[in-house]
Amino acid sequence: MTVFLQQLINGLSLGAIYALIALGYTMVYGTLQLINFAHSEVFMMGAFASLYLAKATGADQNPTVASVAIVIAGTMAFCALLGMTIERLAYRPLRKSGRLNLLITAIGVSMLLRNGTLIAAGPLASFPSLLPEAQWQLAPGLTLRSMDVITLSVTLVLMALLHHIVERTQMGRAMRAVSHSRDAAALMGIPVDRVIAFTFALGSSLAGAAAFLRAVDMHKIDPEMGTNMGLKAFVAAVLGGIGSIPGAVIGAILLGLSETFVSGYLTSTYRDAIAFCLLIVILLFRPSGLLGKHAPEKV
Amino acid sequence: MRTLLSFLPALSLSALALTACSGGETLPKEIVVGEYGSLTGAEATFGMSTKNGIDLATEELNAKGGIGGVPVRLVVEDDQGKPEEAATAVSKILSRDRPVAVLGEVASTNSLAAAPLLQTNGVPMISPSSTNPKVTEQGDFIFRVCFIDPFQGTAGAKFAYTTKGLRNVGILKDVKSDYSTGLAQYFTETFTKLGGVIAGEEAYSKGDVDFKAQLTGLIAKNPDALFIPGYYTDVGLIARQARELGFKGPFLGGDGWDSAELTKIGADAIMGSFFTNHYAVDDPNPVVQGFITKYEAKYHEKPDGLAALGYDSAQVLYAAMAEVAKDPKMAEALADRSAIPATEEGRKAARAALRDAIAKTAGFAGVTGNITIDAARNAQKPAVVVEVTAEGNKFVESIAP
Repeated sequence: MTVFLQQLINGLSLGAIYALIALGYTMVYGTLQLINFAHSEVFMMGAFASLYLAKATGADQNPTVASVAIVIAGTMAFCALLGMTIERLAYRPLRKSGRLNLLITAIGVSMLLRNGTLIAAGPLASFPSLLPEAQWQLAPGLTLRSMDVITLSVTLVLMALLHHIVERTQMGRAMRAVSHSRDAAALMGIPVDRVIAFTFALGSSLAGAAAFLRAVDMHKIDPEMGTNMGLKAFVAAVLGGIGSIPGAVIGAILLGLSETFVSGYLTSTYRDAIAFCLLIVILLFRPSGLLGKHAPEKV
Repeated sequence: MRTLLSFLPALSLSALALTACSGGETLPKEIVVGEYGSLTGAEATFGMSTKNGIDLATEELNAKGGIGGVPVRLVVEDDQGKPEEAATAVSKILSRDRPVAVLGEVASTNSLAAAPLLQTNGVPMISPSSTNPKVTEQGDFIFRVCFIDPFQGTAGAKFAYTTKGLRNVGILKDVKSDYSTGLAQYFTETFTKLGGVIAGEEAYSKGDVDFKAQLTGLIAKNPDALFIPGYYTDVGLIARQARELGFKGPFLGGDGWDSAELTKIGADAIMGSFFTNHYAVDDPNPVVQGFITKYEAKYHEKPDGLAALGYDSAQVLYAAMAEVAKDPKMAEALADRSAIPATEEGRKAARAALRDAIAKTAGFAGVTGNITIDAARNAQKPAVVVEVTAEGNKFVESIAP
């Protein structure tokens, strides 16, 4: 039983990180029908931004509440800016051309950012401890880490914030309108370009938060770190029904749990194979994802 | 003006060397040696350390006049630590530079990707530190200057069972790495033969950063120690997460741990752990200490085992070259005259002669021990066990083959 609970904690905290990244994929897909492959590199560059911000503010030597808050806010702002820049420079000029052109551009941007970071920042960096690292022994063999608590609570707070923005603000309403029909929204006087830029900013800042949490927990960052996480988060978004915000969260938690339980109880050698087979089975029965069709708040 | 002046001695030297064979030729001669390694990517310190060691050996050789007056020029290609890139890097070196021999790689998976290319082209390859047995089984042109995993796994298991008195060990291996799965297998074979028990075996895939699911399962089986035959970036993280999940015992590993990055990522969690390695920095042997002094003077850091093996691999190659170059016809076939390569038949004969010379290496006094190449083109030499401490890796014991 303790092992089960321990794996539950492990799976939830993994799923929470997937969820933060998956939201970026699903929101951009909702508005542009584009799979933004560069999103995984926004996540990766967020981790490097965190590292340099931590060094600049001195948080790596002496992490105070204020300096760590600056690092988090700075990372999210950096990622938001990066996401908007990518959209402005790489995607907007191509919006009138085919979806395949956009997709290939996204892959190109992803490679550019990954290799650019490799040249600029090097292959591997160790990340300082910025958040309190404690463990509470709840029972023999059952440990709760402070990082798990922080990851889950930060994710919950950001989800609530996102829900508020999408459902209760003028901009959120505009986002939902654009995702329903871009042309109709434009005819109604909604500034489509601004709404799309805002969507990118929102999704990317969530990836920035995920990058910060991941980097602090893992203590190492490298230019390849986005590839694997991005792929998993993308799968989570598809599983939940791409375009659906609650779907992305549910898909991510499900993927985190299934990965963890497969490697904990079945065999870690075939973890990804089995976890992905489960996903294929789910998609066979619900081809548009868990919440794909019935998404009332599609963005 | 300055460049012209510095060029003059080289010119006159090569002109002297060339008078025997051609009239108006004035371009300097050189021997081209290829090198491929992970200069970037997740295991970048492997490639960089190896390159540093090879550079040092080459610099020393050229300062002493190279091979019979002809300097060696290294051509280095980065493979990012990926097998597919390793094959690409080697075909690039082969077609563009036509080297007489190639040095590399560290990771067995990458060496295995490139070795068949070198074998079919008849170019001798010396791997400094690929320990998986399959590497030299690729053919008679493929050599190595390190011990192999069956021995390393056996040494690790003996150390765990006899020296540390451990009876119950869990294993966490990288399922995507030939090195890691091989080492896990050989460790298990010896450890169980000695009477120990493998509490559980779990796997991860290269690139993973979250090992908590596997570790939770392993720790629930109460092992005395965890054997982690992986590479340093993963090992540091695994150690941290295992400690966070409440594991108290030591970690054991192999030469893939050998990097300064290990303690940067693993920090306190990895201290007091043990791994089998090729050499120990605190070995009083004058050959070792002499190498460390030279290396520190050039790079301002302590050499790890991979730097020492890189140095040894180049030394073994250059000793074999000197042997081949005793025959003036062969010396001619080894060298290129700047952009003008030797004839294809000559080059082929030189490579074959070089292979035979490498195969005859016996009792070569390297930094990582006396190197004798056996019939299977592997090096016979002892392994050392070192302990990870805050002051660096400390020698614990030496285990003979």
